[in-house]
Amino acid sequence: MKEHPAISANNLTRKFGSFIATNAISFEVKKGEIFGFLGANGAGKTTAMRMLCGLLAPTSGSATVAGYDVASYPEKVKQHIGYMSQKFSLYEDLTVKENFLFYGGVYGLRRKEILLRLNDMLKRLDLVHALNTRVGELPLGWKQKLSFSLAMLHQPEIIFLDEPTGGVDPITRRKFWDLIYEAAHQGVTIFVTTHYMDEAEYCDRVSIMVNGVIEALDSPENLRSKYQAETMDAVFQELARGTITL
Amino acid sequence: MRQFLAFVKKEFRHIFRDRRTLLILFGMPVAQVMIFGFALNNEVENAGVAIFDMSMDYESTLLINHIDVSSYFFVDRTCRNIECIEDAFRTNTARLGIVIPADFGSKLWRGENPAIKIIGDASDPNQAQVLTTYAKAIIQSHLAERASVTIELPILRSTSRMVFNPELKAVYMFVPGIMGFILLLVSAMMTSLTIAREKELGTMELLLVSPLRSAHIIFGKVAPYWLLSFVNAIIIVLLGIVVFDTPMNGSVVLLTMSCLLFSLTALALGIFISARSSSQMTAMLISMMGLLLPTILLSGFIFPIENMPVVLQVVSNVIPAKWFIILIKGLMIKGSGINMLWKPFAILLFITVLLSIAAIRNVKPRLES
Amino acid sequence: MIPLLFFMPIVQLVVLSYAADFEVKNLNLAIVDYDQSESSRHLIQKFTASGYFTLVGSFRNVKDGTNVIEKEVADLVLICPQHMERNLENMRVAEVQLLFNAVNNQKAGVASSYCQQVISAFNNEHLRQLAMESTTSTPARLTVDVRESFWYNAQLDYKTFMVPGILAILVTMLTAFLSSINIIREKEMGTIEQLNVTPISKMEFILGKIIPFWIIGMVVMSFGLVIAWLMFGIGVTGNILTLFSFVAIYLIAILGIGILISTVTETQQQAMFVTWFFMVIFLLLSGLFTPVDSIPEWARALNLVNPIKYFVEVMRSIMLKGSSLSDLNSHFLVMTVFALGFNLMAMRSYRKTMG
Repeated sequence: MKEHPAISANNLTRKFGSFIATNAISFEVKKGEIFGFLGANGAGKTTAMRMLCGLLAPTSGSATVAGYDVASYPEKVKQHIGYMSQKFSLYEDLTVKENFLFYGGVYGLRRKEILLRLNDMLKRLDLVHALNTRVGELPLGWKQKLSFSLAMLHQPEIIFLDEPTGGVDPITRRKFWDLIYEAAHQGVTIFVTTHYMDEAEYCDRVSIMVNGVIEALDSPENLRSKYQAETMDAVFQELARGTITL
Repeated sequence: MRQFLAFVKKEFRHIFRDRRTLLILFGMPVAQVMIFGFALNNEVENAGVAIFDMSMDYESTLLINHIDVSSYFFVDRTCRNIECIEDAFRTNTARLGIVIPADFGSKLWRGENPAIKIIGDASDPNQAQVLTTYAKAIIQSHLAERASVTIELPILRSTSRMVFNPELKAVYMFVPGIMGFILLLVSAMMTSLTIAREKELGTMELLLVSPLRSAHIIFGKVAPYWLLSFVNAIIIVLLGIVVFDTPMNGSVVLLTMSCLLFSLTALALGIFISARSSSQMTAMLISMMGLLLPTILLSGFIFPIENMPVVLQVVSNVIPAKWFIILIKGLMIKGSGINMLWKPFAILLFITVLLSIAAIRNVKPRLES
Repeated sequence: MIPLLFFMPIVQLVVLSYAADFEVKNLNLAIVDYDQSESSRHLIQKFTASGYFTLVGSFRNVKDGTNVIEKEVADLVLICPQHMERNLENMRVAEVQLLFNAVNNQKAGVASSYCQQVISAFNNEHLRQLAMESTTSTPARLTVDVRESFWYNAQLDYKTFMVPGILAILVTMLTAFLSSINIIREKEMGTIEQLNVTPISKMEFILGKIIPFWIIGMVVMSFGLVIAWLMFGIGVTGNILTLFSFVAIYLIAILGIGILISTVTETQQQAMFVTWFFMVIFLLLSGLFTPVDSIPEWARALNLVNPIKYFVEVMRSIMLKGSSLSDLNSHFLVMTVFALGFNLMAMRSYRKTMG
C-alpha cells in the first residue's frame, strides 16, 4: 500500500463573492514534518487552514488530510486531526482535569485512558500539582502548554497550530517549541502558522503566502540563500515588499 | 454516546460552578411569582373621585357618603368648579368626576329626574368605563334604598354562576400567565447565552474541529437546562397551588408532561437564538427585548387574544406561551382532559420540533459552502 | 446590532400597541330554553338585539351548555327555566340562570353587568305593560338622569392609552439593558484594565459610559413620538419640552441603575438576569397594564421606588392630558433624586483597583 502524504493540496481555491481568498494553492506535507505556514494578516492563511480542517468547503481544487478528501469526508478528517488556536480555548471555569475529561470524551476516549495520558503529560510538563486547579487561575504559558497537550490528547496524526505562541515571552516560546519537536519525533505532522520569523527557522519547511498565493515554499536555509538574506525575517520582508510594488 | 455524555457532564459543571447564577435562576422566578400573584389585580379598587356638588343638600351629602364608603371609591376632593376636576385628573389623584346639579334633593323627590354627570378620565379607557359603570350602580342602589322599595314586583330576576372561578379571583386569570411568561423567558435567556458564550471565548472552534455532531452539541446543551427548567416549572406550579389556592382539577400526569414539553420549547428557542448570534450581547438583546413584550402582550397573559385585530390573532399562534397558558388554564382551573387539550399540546410539540431543527441547522455548519 | 437597537423597539411599538385591548365585546352566548314560551323568546331576542352578545347556539340541557363553556365556544349560557312565563303572568318572580366562564374574572364581571342591563330593560317593559293593563299604579321610584362623558379620549380608544406606555417601556428596556452589560462586558473581555490604568476619574468614567446611551435613548424616544403621532395620531397635548426634560432626567436614573448592576455582577449572564428581574417587576407593577390603584399596600410601597411607574404616569399625563410641570413636580423631584442617587451608588461601587 502506498503511503499517502499527511496533507496534500491541489489547486485549492476559495472565493468569497468576487474576492479570491486562496488562489489555486498546491503543496504537500510529509508525515512527521514541521510545516510552517507564513503570511501577513489577510494573506489567506486562515481560509486555507479552515478548508484543511474540514470547516470550509473549497470553491475548486481539492485537498486530502490524513488520506481523506476534505470536501467529501470532513468528519473523517476531524477524527484524525488536533487543533489549537491563537485564542486560548480551554474553559476557564473548569479545572484542568475536567477540561481534559471533556475533550477526551468528545473524541470518544475512555475515562481511564484520558486520566492515564493526562497524568503522563502533566509529569512531562512538570504541572502535576495543577491537576485540580481551575484553568482561569493558571499563567498564560502554562495554559498554552496545556492547550497543546489537549490537542494531542487523542493522538492525532496531524496537528494544526494557529499562531500558538501569541503573547508569550521568548523563553516560554522556546520551551513550547521543544514540545512541538518532541511531538514531531513521535511521528506527528505539525502544521503551524506564526507571525514570529525566528520560529520559522525551527520549521523543516515553510511556505509564504502573499495575496492568496504561495510565493515561496522551501526549507528555511534554501529560502535564505535564494533571496540572499541573513534571516527569515529578511526573506519575508523581501516577499512582502514585492507585493507593494506589484 | 460517550461523546454526548462527556458534553452533558461538562455543561453541568459549568452550571454548578457558578453558584451565584444558579441562585439567581431559582430565586428569581419564585420572587416574581410571589410578587405578581399577590400584587397583580385587574379589579378596580380605591379610585379617587372628585365631586362637584352644586346643591350641597341632605340628599346629595347622603349620596356622596354612599360613594365614599364603597370599596371602589374614595372621595379625593370636593370641588367648587369644573376646572378643579380637571386639575385632579391632570395630577393623577382622581380617576372619576361626579357633578351633582343644584336643588338635587327637591328635584329628586318631585320626580324631576335631576341630571347627574359622571366624567371618566378616559386616558385609561378601560378603567374609565368600569368606574362609570360602578358609579352608576352605586347611585341606583342608593336611590332604591332611599325610596325603600319593599313591595315584591312580578319581575324577572337572575342568579349567576361563575363557572371555574366562583369568587371571580384575578389570581386564576394571572397565575397561568405568570407561569408561562416567567418559564419561557428564564429558560430561553439561560440557553440563549451558552453557544454565543463559546463563540465569544473561542472554545467553539475546538468543538467545530472535533468529531462532535451538531445534534450532540444541541442536546448536550439542552439536557442540563431541561432539568433546571423543569424543576423551576414544578416550583412555580406548587407555588400557584399552595400560596395562591389555584385549583388543580386536571391530571397531574398531563400537567407534568406539559411542563416538560414547554421547558423544552423555551430551551430550543434559546438555543436557536444563541446559534444565530455572534456575541452574548446580541443574544441577550434578542432574548430579552425581543421576547419580553411580545410574550406579555400576545400570549393572552393579560389581554384577551380574541380582542386583537385578526392579523395579531394569527401572529399570536407562534407565541409558545399562548399554548402553555391554554394548557395550564385547562388542566388546573377547568380540569379538562386530553380530549380538550390535545390540540394546544400538539401545536406546542410542533413548535418545539421546528425550533430544534432550526437550532441544529444553525449551530454548526457541517461544511460551510 | 445597530439596526436591532432601533428597529426592534419601533416595530414592537407599532405592532404591540394593537394587541392591548381590554374592552369586552362580542360575547358568545349559548341558550338553554326549557320554557319555550313567548316570554322566553322575547327575552332571548332582547339579549341578541342588545349588541353585546352573539348567539352561538341553543341547547337542550344544562350539561351541553356547560360543555360549550369548557370548550370556550361560549362565554356565557342563559338558562330559562320551565314555567317562567306562567310565573310572570301570575304576578310572581321568575328566575333565569346565567353561567359565566369566569377564568377571566374581569370579562365575566362585565358580561354579568351587561346581562343585568338587558334583564332590567326587559323588566321595565314588562312593568309598563302591567301598569297599562291594570288600574293600580306602580309604587313611586326615585330616578335620576345619569349622563356619562369621557375626557381626553372620548372614543375610548385603547391604543391612545397603550402607545405612550409601550414607548416608555421600550426606551427603558433598551437603555437599561445596554448600560447593565456594558462594564461587565469590558471586564469579561479584559478591556477594562486598559481604562483602569488611565488617569480617568470615576466621575468621568461613569459619565463617559452614560452619555452615548443617553443619546441613543433620546433618539429612540423622539423617533417613537413621531411614530405615535404619524401612525396613531397621538400628539403631545402638553408641553413637549416638559416631556423631554423629564425623559432626560429619567434616562440618567435608568442608566445609573444599569451601571450599578454592571459593577456588582460578575458575568454578562448575571448582569442580564438581574436587569431582567428588576425590569419585569417594575414593568408589571408600573400601571402599564393593570391599574395602580388596586394593588395592595406593600406593593404600593414598592412602587414608590419604581422609576417606570413615574415615567409611564408622566408620559400619559403630558401626552394625553396636557399636565404641566407644576402638576407633576413631585414626579420631577423624585426622579432627580433617583438620578443622583443611583449614579452616586454606581460611582461608589465601581473600583478601579482589583481585589
